[in-house]
Amino acid sequence: MNRYPLWKYVIIVIALLVGVLYTLPNFFGEAPAVQVSSAKVTVKVDSGTKTLVEETLKAAGLDANLVALDGMSVKARFDNTELQLKAKDAIQKALIPDPANPGYVVALNLLSRSPAWLTSLHAFPMYLGLDLRGGVHFMLQVDTKAALTKKAESLTGDIRTTLREKNVRHSGISRNGQVVEVRFRDVATLAAAKAIFQDQFTDLQTTDAPDGAEFKLTAVIKPEAARLVQEQSLKQNITTLHNRINELGVAEPVIQQQGLDRIVVQLPGVQDTAKAKDILGRTATLEVRMVDESAEARAAETAGGMVPFGSERFTDPRGQVVIVKKQVILTGDNLTDAQPGFDGQTQEAVVNLTLDAKGARIFRDVTRESIGKRMAIVLFEKGKGEVVTAPVIRSEISGGRVQISGSMTAMEATDTALLLRAGSLAAPMDIIEETTIGPSLGAENIAKGFSSVTWGFAAVAVFMCFYYMLFGVFSSLALAFNLLLLVAVLSMLQATLTLPGMAAMALVLGMAIDSNVLINERIREELRGGASPQAAINVGYDRAWATILDSNITTLIAGVALLAFGSGPVRGFAVVHCLGILTSMFSGVFFTRGLVNFWYGRQKKLKTVSIGTIWRPEAGTQVKAN
Amino acid sequence: MEFFKIKRDIPFMRHAVVFNAISFITFLAAVFFLFSRGLHLSVEFTGGTLMEVSYSQPADVNAVRGTVAALGLNDVQVQNFGTARDVLIRLPVQKGVSSSQQSANVFVALKAADPTVTLRRSEFVGPQVGDELVVDGLKALAFVIVGIMIYLALRFEWKFAVAAIIANMHDVIIILGFFAFFQWEFSLPVLAAVLAVLGYSVNESVVIFDRIRENFRRYRKMNTVQVIDNAITSTISRTIITHGSTQLMVLSMLIFGGATLHYFALALTIGILFGIYSSVFVAAAVAMWLGIQREDLIKGGSKKDEDPNDPNAGATV
Repeated sequence: MNRYPLWKYVIIVIALLVGVLYTLPNFFGEAPAVQVSSAKVTVKVDSGTKTLVEETLKAAGLDANLVALDGMSVKARFDNTELQLKAKDAIQKALIPDPANPGYVVALNLLSRSPAWLTSLHAFPMYLGLDLRGGVHFMLQVDTKAALTKKAESLTGDIRTTLREKNVRHSGISRNGQVVEVRFRDVATLAAAKAIFQDQFTDLQTTDAPDGAEFKLTAVIKPEAARLVQEQSLKQNITTLHNRINELGVAEPVIQQQGLDRIVVQLPGVQDTAKAKDILGRTATLEVRMVDESAEARAAETAGGMVPFGSERFTDPRGQVVIVKKQVILTGDNLTDAQPGFDGQTQEAVVNLTLDAKGARIFRDVTRESIGKRMAIVLFEKGKGEVVTAPVIRSEISGGRVQISGSMTAMEATDTALLLRAGSLAAPMDIIEETTIGPSLGAENIAKGFSSVTWGFAAVAVFMCFYYMLFGVFSSLALAFNLLLLVAVLSMLQATLTLPGMAAMALVLGMAIDSNVLINERIREELRGGASPQAAINVGYDRAWATILDSNITTLIAGVALLAFGSGPVRGFAVVHCLGILTSMFSGVFFTRGLVNFWYGRQKKLKTVSIGTIWRPEAGTQVKAN
Repeated sequence: MEFFKIKRDIPFMRHAVVFNAISFITFLAAVFFLFSRGLHLSVEFTGGTLMEVSYSQPADVNAVRGTVAALGLNDVQVQNFGTARDVLIRLPVQKGVSSSQQSANVFVALKAADPTVTLRRSEFVGPQVGDELVVDGLKALAFVIVGIMIYLALRFEWKFAVAAIIANMHDVIIILGFFAFFQWEFSLPVLAAVLAVLGYSVNESVVIFDRIRENFRRYRKMNTVQVIDNAITSTISRTIITHGSTQLMVLSMLIFGGATLHYFALALTIGILFGIYSSVFVAAAVAMWLGIQREDLIKGGSKKDEDPNDPNAGATV
């Protein structure tokens, strides 16, 4: 009765192998590395960059033991930090000719030492949380209401323009928070306006009511449209943050949306909070200006002569010089959206811009007078400008919808749209949570967590072996197997390990032993009752299983609650806790039963089992069971 | 080796009134301290700034306090943290001053007073985050209570569900009572520990309930009190050993885990100790007061008499 079919052993062996394989990367430790990633949307990191890095290192006589392209970055691994620092300087010199205008981020990083064959199996070490590796953590609250107000403001302008164009006379338009109110003298104009609203402003929901002698039309942004505005503003803020953080040269920044209106930023290894905050909160501005088309300016553009008075020299992303007038036509405030797209007729990649009412009016006037001339869109960041694009004006553009087209790839169109949008934040943000953890504290926390788990494990294992003899050895093996599986699963999921997570690991080991204690006690009890050893094992496991299941499910309910409602450290705890309970059911019951069956199952005439002393109350004496 | 050599069932339920009275008094004391002293909530809940700084020599806490007070900040708490060289500084939320300025100012002042100081960590939490954490914590607590009650009511019987929850809420309140009485810092990890204890300690009651159900099936001549006594007696050794093992782990955290895990481990220790007590003496006794009987647990099972030696008799999977 205590035999496992072959497939059950196969499952155990497979679980063991997978466990070992995915736990393995955690033992190799980390080596110093240099990471090269793109600092600009227009600069791509690809296999070309990798070759460049390899050549640079060869030329400098620096020996990297691994240079690899990993997603969006090239990583070079070194034997020691001295080599790493030298390599960083060399790569920086080679890749960034102009330090004022870096195209790449060259950052110091730590890279797992695990061999390539493990990495190719997607076996990575666990991802350490900030409390274990040091760094800064910010939680930013995005004021999405402000984005809605901005939207309402631009809609107010649009309504005013449209009503004027359609010759619908109103007696006043005003914005009250996120509500737009339009007044009309009579019912006829009200009806006309309502038709226009239904036709052109599909994002708005209108209600009308008589207001004294007049009629008032109240328009609010529809909930779906409002949600879209909020989502977009959050996405745009995240994009902007990405661009800014690139400049900090952080190896693996984490920028995530949390909830509906929050962004979490984690910068491992960064200690200078002040600088980080400065960069996060910086504002970039976008300006639309005319290109100087005078002869001197042309000369300056092509031959590099003197820039005429009243103009400035900028470069575009392709490195071409553009001489732009100082007079600003529009700023980024007037730009409400920029999206990549395709022209329906020419099938060309284009960028679609949407301007607000004021911007549209100015734009129409300017384009009417300057057909055939070029206009430049300049992005200023840190007081330094760069021309994003300088298209030729083909015709008068009214209505605020602008299309930039011409010899662009879809990729370039996307990048340009991103640059245009990334200029500013869609909605203001506030830092509502901020944590800095020094690197020494991180290392200390790892050591503390590690020794807690080790010593706790050792104490429990020694006790179990002592108290339950061979069955205790089995239980301890199961506990080790549980730890192995837990670490493997965490590594596979690339879950973030934090100090509370390590505490959960220790706690779950302490709880996992419960299953084995239940089983072992039950077997003893059966033996005490006079059952034969084989029957006792069988009954012991069967009866204990119902209890184990019940108790683990109740523990799991608590774990899931923590996972669902917890945040930050609590969540780190809950993930490990829940996973640990699940793995413990496998290791504590299925695995130990396998061991027991393997050891005792084949012996037909089993006289005794090694499970410690069984004391029988009737005899009042001790019966050695082994 | 066997620790527990118990010849006959211990009449736990004979003294149920005494145990319940003790529980009730501790419970009332805990509630009293919770209300009179309140919990010493960490920055995560209250909002504010927390800085941990480290000196090369044992720090003079009074000097640090003086330096910080000179900046004109109110209600600043300064204390040693873990070792004599580490100092923890707590600054309440102050209107008009951004957190970054606050912690930066303090650190600059400390650096001026003693250049050997290093910043180990700093934490700022806005007041709105703290309020949410309290709400989320209560939600989690409610979820756990309701979830466990539903599960136990389905798996056993409503009387058991009520008994288990009363027993375990008693544990939770007593842990909170300890934190209120000693004014230990109640942080997020402690909250996690409290909820983990809730799950863990229910687990304890489940084991005993499981045995009570089994005994009702096996020993048809015993009355309810005898059944409960027998169930507790036969599970007591596993109860002590399991909790002992878990406590070994927690003890190792208490010893090696450092200051960060200190209160977490402390909450677990209290939870584990009271968990044994409550599941043995409170849960079973409450179930008894609620009047559990054989018919509650064995539905239609009374027709065929089960063989006590049948190895599959009690197995319900």
